[in-house]
Amino acid sequence: MMVQTESSTPLLLETRCLSKEFGGVHALDGVNFRLRRGELRSLIGPNGAGKSTFFKILSGQLQPSKGDVLFDGKAIVGLPPHRIARLGIGIKNQVPSLWDGLSVYEHFWLAAYRHTGKRGAMERADRLLQQLGLWQKASQSVGTLSHGERQWVEIGMVMAQEPLLLLLDEPAAGMTEEEVERTAALLRAINTEASLIVVEHDMQFIRMLEGLVTVFYQGRVLMEDTIDAVLADAKVREVYLGTADSHG
Amino acid sequence: MAPTRLSRTEFAIWVAAAVAVVGLPLLLPIFSIVQLTVFLIFCLLAVSLDLAWGLAGLLSFGHAAFFGVGGYAYGILAVNGLATPAALLAGGISGALLAGILGYVAFYGRVSTIFLAVMTLTVTLILLQVMGSTADPSYRIGSAVLGGYNGITNIPSLALGLPLLPSIELGPAGFFRFVGGFLIVVLALGRLMTFAPFGRILATIRENEQRTELSGYDVRWRKLAVFAASGGIAGVAGGLFASWGNFINPEVFSLSQSAQVVIWVLVGGRGLLYGAVIGALVVQALTQYLGAIGTAYTALVLGLLMVAFVLLLREGLVPTFLRLSLILPRHKTPA
Repeated sequence: MMVQTESSTPLLLETRCLSKEFGGVHALDGVNFRLRRGELRSLIGPNGAGKSTFFKILSGQLQPSKGDVLFDGKAIVGLPPHRIARLGIGIKNQVPSLWDGLSVYEHFWLAAYRHTGKRGAMERADRLLQQLGLWQKASQSVGTLSHGERQWVEIGMVMAQEPLLLLLDEPAAGMTEEEVERTAALLRAINTEASLIVVEHDMQFIRMLEGLVTVFYQGRVLMEDTIDAVLADAKVREVYLGTADSHG
Repeated sequence: MAPTRLSRTEFAIWVAAAVAVVGLPLLLPIFSIVQLTVFLIFCLLAVSLDLAWGLAGLLSFGHAAFFGVGGYAYGILAVNGLATPAALLAGGISGALLAGILGYVAFYGRVSTIFLAVMTLTVTLILLQVMGSTADPSYRIGSAVLGGYNGITNIPSLALGLPLLPSIELGPAGFFRFVGGFLIVVLALGRLMTFAPFGRILATIRENEQRTELSGYDVRWRKLAVFAASGGIAGVAGGLFASWGNFINPEVFSLSQSAQVVIWVLVGGRGLLYGAVIGALVVQALTQYLGAIGTAYTALVLGLLMVAFVLLLREGLVPTFLRLSLILPRHKTPA
């Protein structure tokens, strides 16, 4: 069942005392986070816990007020987003961010082109269209797609970069139940080759991902364990799920 | 399946345009050719703005400045006896340099798009003030008297020739063909670039710059490159303008001139380059007509035109026309 990564597996990502202040508000407050190669980690926490801020710092969209980020052994704080992307971190932001006037095909082609050149980009784009079931919509501009499809296009773009680490902020938001299942299967497939960190609210979805769960609360890591242990934890239930029965 | 490609119709359009540019001087009186030449120079200026604004989303009010700087550079150097083709090249380089400096500050300083518009407009108006206050005859560069608001007069016309042989002034017909030919080359290269990977990446910058960066592309130098190239073409257009009328004055840096370039592109439609040409032709023809019937309200009519396009025809003439004419074939299934 669950692929428990050995403690001997090398670290892919480590943050030390990562903090971010927005005018006196501590969005992140000393986060020490470790991810091993090959992990599929879920990140949960109530709104404002700092999950999206954490992702934005990891991808270079925000600079931390304090602390370090080591990716694959290299310090990446201060690097511009495109350099971090080239090192192998791909991100899907919470709000789908696409090139609305361009076609689905071009999204995949352009996302791959930086890394593969022309020929490789065509191959990768074709493969992604098939894998994501977007073949019929290849030449449609993404502005005309449904929300779920837009989510997949953005996930597909991140995949086209073939990163070492994928950061996916709410990849299943706004999807139907069937789409959620397909997305979970897709992420597990990606996980055979790359590591992932996934921010989600849907506990059913997180269960399908079968990875460790890190709980963020008020800019800190509250706990880190399996989904069952997390959901059984009294403190987590209190801050995140309320005292009522959880979905799990 | 390959990414979007240039259609064969476009090659046909370029050939037809080239034939027209060669043939028109045989059909029309000299007066019309001279008039058309300045229209084509404005088309070139409009296309240069569309390269930055339409392709990469970089709105600039400074294209009048790049145009004017190119014109002044041509004028000053040509008056001082430099070969006119070299002076024209210098005009292009001056435009590219000014655009490059402004672009560097804006793109590497990560200021917003709207600030680029404000910054370019401000620089244009500063140039208007500076060049306007050079009326004293002591303001001269070599034998070129800057002349304040009267500008530089007696600028030599463009003359082409082979090395070692005396160059020959082109005359109205030859100059028309030179300007037309240059415009077609710029259009064709611009269109080819639109479909090349570099142009596609510029399109992604226009659509969502953040996504482009997160995909691993450095957007800064790409914006700088296209902006400087765009300024360079505007500079060449300015040099051609100075050669056309044998003079240049600070009027090129005026607010109305800056706004006019934007209106041309807005009316014709952004992003396709052809729209810029059509827009410049339509608006210039309208301006001339309004001037001919003696109305004092040219600026008012142009203003209303701009408001009408922003409110009702936001895409501009050419994209709207294409959309309407392509409604049926648009439902093709992907190959």
